[in-house]
Amino acid sequence: MKILVCMKQVPQKDAPLKLNEGGTWIREDISYEVNEPDAYALEEALRQREKHGGEVVVITSGPPRAQQVLREALAKGADRAIHLEGDGFVTLDAFNTAKAFAAAIKDESFDLIFTGLQSDDYGFAQTGVILAELLGWPHATIIMQIEKSDSGIRVKRELEAGFFQFVDMPLPALLTIQSGINKLRYATLIGIKQAKNKPLKKVSFDEVKLALGENLQRIEKLYIPQKTKKTEVLQGPPGEIAKKLVDKLRNELRVI
Amino acid sequence: MADTILVVVEQREGKLNRVSWETITGAQAIAAETGWTLEAAVVGSSVGDIAKEIAATKVSKVYDLESAKLEPYTPDGFVAALKPFIEQKQPKLVLMPHTYQVRDFAPKLAAALNRTLISDAVGYKYEGGNLRFTRQMFQGKFAADVSFVGDPPYFATFQNGAFRGDQVAHGDAAAPVETVNLDVADGVVRNKPEAPFKEAKQAVDLTQAAIIVAVGRGIKEQKNIELAQQLAEVLGGEIAASRPICDSGWLPMDRQVGSSGQTVAPKLYLALGISGAIQHVVGMKGARTIIAVNKDAEAPIFEIADVAVVGNLFDIVPPLIEEVKKTKGA
Repeated sequence: MKILVCMKQVPQKDAPLKLNEGGTWIREDISYEVNEPDAYALEEALRQREKHGGEVVVITSGPPRAQQVLREALAKGADRAIHLEGDGFVTLDAFNTAKAFAAAIKDESFDLIFTGLQSDDYGFAQTGVILAELLGWPHATIIMQIEKSDSGIRVKRELEAGFFQFVDMPLPALLTIQSGINKLRYATLIGIKQAKNKPLKKVSFDEVKLALGENLQRIEKLYIPQKTKKTEVLQGPPGEIAKKLVDKLRNELRVI
Repeated sequence: MADTILVVVEQREGKLNRVSWETITGAQAIAAETGWTLEAAVVGSSVGDIAKEIAATKVSKVYDLESAKLEPYTPDGFVAALKPFIEQKQPKLVLMPHTYQVRDFAPKLAAALNRTLISDAVGYKYEGGNLRFTRQMFQGKFAADVSFVGDPPYFATFQNGAFRGDQVAHGDAAAPVETVNLDVADGVVRNKPEAPFKEAKQAVDLTQAAIIVAVGRGIKEQKNIELAQQLAEVLGGEIAASRPICDSGWLPMDRQVGSSGQTVAPKLYLALGISGAIQHVVGMKGARTIIAVNKDAEAPIFEIADVAVVGNLFDIVPPLIEEVKKTKGA
């Protein structure tokens, strides 16, 4: 099976985020990491290849720093990588990002495309589904298990409130992967060495520009959310805080 | 033709998903401010009863979009049903709840119509004739006001809890229901879903707990769960967790609170080392009182907390356990 994994670099979970001067975006002088569900998507692709053979290709879009995500994926075992490189990719909406990916892979023939179920930055939860629509492929979202079947694949979809559902699908297909579908591996030293010699293709913004349209949604303003609740902040040494909390639990909330 | 808002309510296996009431409440508020007409649609097979249920609310009209090929739900089937309907009706705005089912088909529907979807909005603003939707970004650390570019129809989904379902306005008389029999061609639906099931019998019903002590990534290691467990025990509450903790197997999946776990509304929700990612918050923001302990003063959990303790949970929890014991023993 030939599998493409769409990955994204996002701000590190505990990175202190600050607004830029215009209040349109965050200041970019922070640490980044791979979007967590995408790491699970990569892991699942590697496992499928180990079972059924084939190739795992990783793709991302973003400025030069985003190459780190691809390097790590190659070190973990991906065969090759595609980097849509440029600052222009950062502000694309989900529709345009999907269009850029579709344009970059138009000469390839994958059996499966995996994405994480959503990103930790924009949180659209849309790019994968739109990419499937652009390619004319069937898709399924929030996937927790993938098996090969006679006619294609059988996947386990997570539904809400603890429910699941099996779905039979033909190939090629696109799946958005849920965190926790598997256990992530670490890159080995040998893997890191080998990654240096693996192919990494760069695609510039100009090369896919013709496939893109105007962004159909625009962030007018980014800001720190207004509080809807009055929050009481407790301070002091731990022992004192514990006393204050217990007083609250007993006399205000009356739960103990 | 007057501008119209179309709410697509959610049904699963022939039952109305109650989160649809919230979407109608939000749509009614937008309709009141903009003067746009409000209509609703339900998509499925033999879902006329749901259409009638919706017709009792203050909407101008309800469409019952019917085809045998719409049960069970598939993204192909729903897009095949809704795309021509929306092309013909040309609503200005299409609103839906941000559920797992809607996430599965709405981006495809909008893209098939060459339009965009503002997903997971928590509110809207209508100023100077401009409609904007507010959505959370960077896991709730920031909010963004987002506007549509280009021509309608515009698509948006509302986060669970963005509006109060119990505040939905009812009409003086039932709205007319129009049944539309759709022709979904053979071969359009490619996925073959089986019946939904639960993994194992859920041993814990967190929805009934009055006190919940919940742990997040800040608990650091599996062995530290014990500390939170002790606190839950002395408080007479249940222990729960955010998704990463259950993914790691540190607590069983039936202890998970959030969009993929249980939705709870206890008297007290004590969040230990939980950052407050959206997927977790939607499952617990209905708690009467939220006490959050987190060493990161910027953590989004503090946005919704009633009581904030900025500090290391490993410093706070041990004396807290002792104090509770002392007080309860007294």
